[in-house]
Amino acid sequence: MSINVRDLNESEFFYGHKACAGCGGSLAVRIALKVLGERSVAVLPAGCMSAVGFNFPQLCFANNAIISTFAGTASMLTGIEAGLRAKGVSDFHAVGFAGDGGTADIGLQALSGAIDRNDNIIYICYDNEAYMNTGIQKSSLTPFGARTTTTPAGKNIRGNVKDKKNMFEIVAAHGIPYAATASIGYMNDFMNKVDKASRIHGTKYIHVMAPCPTGWGHEPCETVEIAKEAVDCGLWYLAEYEDSEYILNRNVKDFTDISQYLRKQSRFRHLRDEDIEYITKSRDAKWNEIRTKYKTV
Amino acid sequence: MKPYLRDHTPVLLSEIPDAPSYEAGFLVSKNAGWRSTRPVIDTEKCTGCLMCYLHCPEGVIYKAGGKVAVDYDFCKGCGICVRICRAGAIETEAER
Amino acid sequence: MARQFISGNEAFASGIRLAKPHVISAYPITPQTVVVERLSEMVEDGSLRSEFIHVESEHSALSCAIGASSVGARAFTATSSQGLLYMAECLVYASGGRFPIVMMNANRSTALPWNIYGDQRDSLALLDCGWIQAYVKDAQEALDIALMSYYIAENERVSTPFMANLDGFVLTHTYEVVDVPESDRADLFLPPYETDNRLDLENPRNLAFSAGPEYNAAFKYKEHAGMMNAKQVITEAEARFERIFGRKYTGLIEEYRTEDAEYILITLGSIYPLACETADALRTEGVKAGIIRIRYMRPFPAVEIAEAVSGAKAAAVLEKDISFGNEGTVYTNVNSALHTAGVRTVTSDYIGGLGGKSISGNDIRHIYDRMMSGVSEVRFIGIDDRSGEGGDAS
Repeated sequence: MSINVRDLNESEFFYGHKACAGCGGSLAVRIALKVLGERSVAVLPAGCMSAVGFNFPQLCFANNAIISTFAGTASMLTGIEAGLRAKGVSDFHAVGFAGDGGTADIGLQALSGAIDRNDNIIYICYDNEAYMNTGIQKSSLTPFGARTTTTPAGKNIRGNVKDKKNMFEIVAAHGIPYAATASIGYMNDFMNKVDKASRIHGTKYIHVMAPCPTGWGHEPCETVEIAKEAVDCGLWYLAEYEDSEYILNRNVKDFTDISQYLRKQSRFRHLRDEDIEYITKSRDAKWNEIRTKYKTV
Repeated sequence: MKPYLRDHTPVLLSEIPDAPSYEAGFLVSKNAGWRSTRPVIDTEKCTGCLMCYLHCPEGVIYKAGGKVAVDYDFCKGCGICVRICRAGAIETEAER
Repeated sequence: MARQFISGNEAFASGIRLAKPHVISAYPITPQTVVVERLSEMVEDGSLRSEFIHVESEHSALSCAIGASSVGARAFTATSSQGLLYMAECLVYASGGRFPIVMMNANRSTALPWNIYGDQRDSLALLDCGWIQAYVKDAQEALDIALMSYYIAENERVSTPFMANLDGFVLTHTYEVVDVPESDRADLFLPPYETDNRLDLENPRNLAFSAGPEYNAAFKYKEHAGMMNAKQVITEAEARFERIFGRKYTGLIEEYRTEDAEYILITLGSIYPLACETADALRTEGVKAGIIRIRYMRPFPAVEIAEAVSGAKAAAVLEKDISFGNEGTVYTNVNSALHTAGVRTVTSDYIGGLGGKSISGNDIRHIYDRMMSGVSEVRFIGIDDRSGEGGDAS
């Protein structure tokens, strides 16, 4: 049975926060908490969502929520889950919301440990493709070509020269009970993945693409459209990993124009045709691999 | 259930907790001042599809009589709702 | 009460078994490892019902303990040296969050050069992290402090994490006869942990939040007050402990023959018994020698030390620590206490035992010779050169 907007919990758990207008990350957090409900215990590491949501005396979570150390999202979730269980509390969700840097860089060790132990937690990475809270610095999930404040686009180097790390497959390689990619441009898909994760025992990981107008350089009103377009042009994809099997949820037959997606964002505006050609080739190579390795539905 | 504005802001030493630990969902300031434009719902055109409600990063659009309404205390005027509305039922108005 | 022949690490683990933590996060590091090994065996054989978490680093060990404490669970972890430094970020997190976690630290030298043996530079480097810091002298005290630590840390006036320090190898791996209390007696001593500072599903809270310039100092002021309150609560805990178990402890410091002492050695940890023996020997030679053992570095026993030293001609600190570019940190703290109290006793600092180098009775006698010569100096001991003048650090 799928969840849709009509039966979504009407409570607002993340409200009155100070995120930038049009913030994709805050939308991902808001919707995930509406799916998970009031017995969620949320862990947010130092980063955008904790900075905008927890500045005493303005405290923006209606549910139980706590900031963790930057590296400690997963390890704090582990402690919370074990502590509540040891005290005889049941029927709750220990859920983490960490950004791309907090997940793929500094928090990767703790996340790997939690998955290895199969701790009963939900870990949601809201990926806005750079360290946005500190002012748009490159992370290992920043895509090729993107201009950040530590990968400037100049005469000699045109933005980030590294490809984006595939966190979804890194997580899946642990043999995790459930992992998924998602996008706030495909909200029903995201909601249902969160809902599904909440019904599975063990460690669950959802990687949701969440554009950042400030860091990506698009209009705040375009956040959801850009997120959708990333999927439609094939630079992001919607998939799941379950029962040791990869499943492609949305097998895009005709990709929309990559350059159109890139040109909407000032972080890519400096790219030359050859860069876009490289990005296109990388996309095609990845999709060839996906279509071989993943089950398509 | 949602965080809401309180009438009193803790200031005195005795009002500040011993640990960084406090009642959940405690708001003392609005976000209305962030807006240069505001979304206005045309309830005639609104079909109640709730796409604006679903995609609002602030959660300020709420269900009201089969349609939707906006909590302007916390709307930042990002305009996502205007763009997502397929019925064209949300207009942008300049803040005075 | 059972008498057992066990090591310092095992004694501490036995104390933790009696305290029944809900969550234990474990990561190995020499010379602490035996603690978590024994605890894992207790969980396996059912004598301890804790969630035993095999974390993947020391940072996660303490982060996990903070998570457990944030829901009101009793949490324990243990570490040493580089591991303590690796989790340093979480130390200030635990204290700032007022989470009364207990951690055993096996005092060990810090790299470089690599060295697994005992000195106290690891914990003393982190003296300002907001943790109660105890330094124990033997295996019995290790067990007793393990049990008392929760009583002190969890007291609502204190709400401060507790680091119990055992000298690496010298104490952690030395076997002694230890009285191990019965579990029901321990239950009588240690009440369950109750707090409002927790994520509560019936009454949701936001924890570990930010506080800007307007509010920040108020939180830090309260954190300091909690630590200062520990002085009183330590006294209460020891009185209660003595009533139930019959063993007496002496608060922030322990004194030996200081009443009429003219020359006082101030030290901490496992060197204390040897220092006392040496003082006895010196007394037979007519030297009015006395010893002070600092049991708690935080909260610091400033008043107690000043009072004990006030009548002496000279006092020397013997510590396994150096704050490079200055002097030993214990010495700095002691001098500050004496200065504040207006005590004019001549003081010196002797830095020894670094990287596990043993300190002998003769080393202590040599310190007394220097004290009686009237010098005030900072000196490394055990740095040999032919002139006999090696080790000057002033």
